[in-house]
Amino acid sequence: MTNSFVDYKNTDIFLIIGSNPAEAHPMAMRHIGKAKEKGAKIIVVDPRFTKTASQADIYVPLRPGTDIAFLYGLINYAIENDLYQHEYVNNYTNASYLISPDYNFADGVFSGLEEKDGKLSYNTASWAYQKDGDNIKKDPTLQDPQCVWQIMKKHVSRYDIKTVSQVTGTPEDILRKAYSTYCESGKPDKAGNLIYVLGITQHSYGTQNTRATTMVQLLLGNVGMPGGGLNPQRGQSNVQGACDMGMLWNNITGYLNVPDATKHPTYKDYLEVETPKAGYWSNKPKFLASLLKAWYGEKATKENDFCYDWLPKSDGKDHSHMSSYASLAEGEIKGVFCWAENPSVAGPDAKHEVKALENAEWMVCVDVFENETAAFWKRPGVNPADIKTEVFLLPAAHIYEKEGTRTNSSRHVQWRWKAVEPPGEAKSDLWIADRIFKAVRQEYRSGGKFTDPILNMVWNYDKPGQDEPDIEKIAIEMNGYNVADGRVLGTFGDLKDDGSTACGVWIYAGYYYIDPQEQNPLLKVPATKRHGTEDKSGLGVYPKWTFVWPLNRHIVYNRCSADPAGRPWKKDKALMAWDGTKWITNDVPDFGITDATTKAPIPPEKTANAPFIMLPEGQARFFVPSGLKEGPMPEHYEPVESPVKNLMSKQQNNPVAYRWKGEFAKLAETGSKEFPYVATTVHYIEHYQTGVRTRYSPMLVELMPEEFATISPTLAGKLGIKPGDDIIVSSARSEIKLKANVLPIVKPLNVNGSPIEIVSLPWSWGFMGLSQGAIGNELTPFVACPNVAVPEYKAFLCNVRKA
Amino acid sequence: MKKGISRRDFLKYLGVGAAGTALLEGVSATPALAEENLHSFDLGPLKLKKTKETASGCSYCGCGCSIIVHSENDKVVFIEGDPDSPINEGSLCPKGMALTDVYTIVDKNRQRVPNPNRLTKVLYRAPGGTKWEEKTWDWAIPEIAKRVKKTRDEHFTEKDGKGVTVNRCMAICQMGSANINNEEDYIINKLMRGSLGVVDLDHCARL
Ligand code: SF4
Repeated sequence: MTNSFVDYKNTDIFLIIGSNPAEAHPMAMRHIGKAKEKGAKIIVVDPRFTKTASQADIYVPLRPGTDIAFLYGLINYAIENDLYQHEYVNNYTNASYLISPDYNFADGVFSGLEEKDGKLSYNTASWAYQKDGDNIKKDPTLQDPQCVWQIMKKHVSRYDIKTVSQVTGTPEDILRKAYSTYCESGKPDKAGNLIYVLGITQHSYGTQNTRATTMVQLLLGNVGMPGGGLNPQRGQSNVQGACDMGMLWNNITGYLNVPDATKHPTYKDYLEVETPKAGYWSNKPKFLASLLKAWYGEKATKENDFCYDWLPKSDGKDHSHMSSYASLAEGEIKGVFCWAENPSVAGPDAKHEVKALENAEWMVCVDVFENETAAFWKRPGVNPADIKTEVFLLPAAHIYEKEGTRTNSSRHVQWRWKAVEPPGEAKSDLWIADRIFKAVRQEYRSGGKFTDPILNMVWNYDKPGQDEPDIEKIAIEMNGYNVADGRVLGTFGDLKDDGSTACGVWIYAGYYYIDPQEQNPLLKVPATKRHGTEDKSGLGVYPKWTFVWPLNRHIVYNRCSADPAGRPWKKDKALMAWDGTKWITNDVPDFGITDATTKAPIPPEKTANAPFIMLPEGQARFFVPSGLKEGPMPEHYEPVESPVKNLMSKQQNNPVAYRWKGEFAKLAETGSKEFPYVATTVHYIEHYQTGVRTRYSPMLVELMPEEFATISPTLAGKLGIKPGDDIIVSSARSEIKLKANVLPIVKPLNVNGSPIEIVSLPWSWGFMGLSQGAIGNELTPFVACPNVAVPEYKAFLCNVRKA
Repeated sequence: MKKGISRRDFLKYLGVGAAGTALLEGVSATPALAEENLHSFDLGPLKLKKTKETASGCSYCGCGCSIIVHSENDKVVFIEGDPDSPINEGSLCPKGMALTDVYTIVDKNRQRVPNPNRLTKVLYRAPGGTKWEEKTWDWAIPEIAKRVKKTRDEHFTEKDGKGVTVNRCMAICQMGSANINNEEDYIINKLMRGSLGVVDLDHCARL
């Protein structure tokens, strides 16, 4: 999230799309409610009339998978009616940049689509900026037909309200009302907050969906504003932290890309390829050197490239969840660690995934309860004797039985103290990881393959007289320290590329730092442990409530909260303001306010042209010149399984969507008669994700005892289904039995003349726990967005019949 | 409710565990019920007055509510929202309120007893086995390490087809976790990626 939950109170207009905070992020809903009490307007865009929608001023129903059409319709409306934030667009975005004359878009496909070994991919050369030496060519008048603004304008002009309505199934008058209302946030002093979650991301073009949300927020000048921003609310308590820690196939830690054998065979190659000339990432060599130093300690020297070769190098292929399962299916993966996760319920095409797991020779599961993954060998319908996988199920401590931090969606890194001992022989995950590492190291003392990183990894977490690893040592290593004297660093600005600093997670620099200036003894603790309750600015920043990464900055890109001359767009809610001689700041600025050497204030014009510090060009991108797999701008494609043909072009699906072979290739055809309805997966407030903990909670099971799908009264009438009946929902992958809930919260949408029924399907159930039910993800397709491998859970085809 | 006493004042800066909870005697935990138009009843002595309070955080959704864990005799008996936290200002949703259930549940005698479904022992299931066997940590950890070494050594690639040093093991995968602490994820990453050379490393960020 660019902003924080507490900041929602500053919002004037919410656009909530593909997100149902009233059920999935209840506390976010509280902050939304506070803004509403003060007069904020709420627009909810969702295929279902959700609990959140019940609080909306405008509810916009749309067909699952048509978000780009809806959002492009909004962009087109804002441009046609001149309702966008001109000064913001002119100064803070790449609207004026000229794009290569080779760029082209025709028949739903961008220039550069190539076929290699039967696979489609884009060569992005024609999406590049035009350059004059090192300088990007621009047209500040925004008139040049090759400038981003004109290209975008032309691209979105195809998305007029009538066409959008035909694609999304949303009545035209509702679209018009939603568009004109949200465009009010295009006024400089109005903040529009765009909230989304998995309804936007879980599509075979999920990244482009998020790109479309970004374009809307840039056009209306909402990024960097208090009460504005792009706020993808994270689903799990520490999913933000797990990503920050590099629990991803494509990042080591702190969003540093993993070494790749082709792109970066050597340390020098890595730095050359990965380090841009400008923007904050130009400091990358400091982050990587400090990370290697933190991991490989004394062995990591400048001379040996800090042991860069000790890190595994990827083969350049995807190694996300889905690819790992494809490797399991092919017998390539032999050993599995499954740590506080339940993929047998969470993964797409779950029936075939769990079958693939049978190919593992051994699996180690760590959890607080027995989950469906650990118990996969005794799942309904299989004979355990046929399954050869050895399974170790390790009992883990729950959060309040151990200490450490988790990072919420607002990037608050909050310390959680230990209240009680774990029950029985359960142990913290820290203890378990520590003991496994030590035992593996012991095994390798007598030799084995490439023992260097195992024998030399920094692992000095013992504390005399204590069974648990010393978490403080780990925290300091993540935070960063000076190698010579162990001094804890306050900011990643102190990191060096020469091996004199060590830092495991550069973006967490400062989280375990004690501010020497702090006067209040209660706050003179590591930043993450602070419970300061003061909010002097009244903007909801609470600077001493725990620690917010990066650098305790609550709203990122905050230079954009003021105009180029440093005047806040929203006078009554000034986050950053130039008073004529210096900056007045109510948050940690992400731009220079004083010169590092002279200490003189830096006037606003110096930072007005590069407020987006993470981009080398410093200005935000409507058009992305490289890095995306399926185009420099979004384009509407149909979900891989769709009831209709794509009305926008001949290109039915994302041409480069990830698809897999064999068992994982089962898909329904476009307009399938066998599977005529559109299914979308959903959550309820009472059950969390795969339900491992909540389905073992008597209180929550009493509140939400049973699994049910929701269908419309029209569909129920047609199929003779009454509320509470058992029904079978089927897809090309599997079929499941559950109860029917018949409510007009889903209604057929008129899509280009034909009514499309929507089936709302929960996925938090499985065969373990106090409340048991079918695994909803047995029905979901095994296809994904090519940029980040997010599965297409939110739009696929199904059928329904009475059981 | 005693005038002028707010819970907030008592619950400062936990982390050290117990705050001055004895002072809470007689302070209603549900002040809204004191409203005149609501049915009134004798709240009796506050059951929580002897509990130890520890500041922690909810382990469910990404909102990240701050919680206060009440424990008695090293058992979690009650959880409430931390009123000091700007994130949730003392509120919790049903999931957060039910966090206690992971540790103790209410039995038929309306007493909180340990949740009988918690895993409290190491369990092992042999190839083709039809049930779990209880094991000790001392047995399990070295056994796991042996399997890790065998698989890694059999499937380790030092150089790829082009002669580039890759030092990777593609036969082990690591899944998880968005449900444990940062410090835990961090050392698991060091173990898997930094030591063993695991490339198939992901968690359920997108699931
Ligand atoms: S209490 Fe509810 S809203 Fe708060 S973090 Fe937990 S699950 Fe989310």
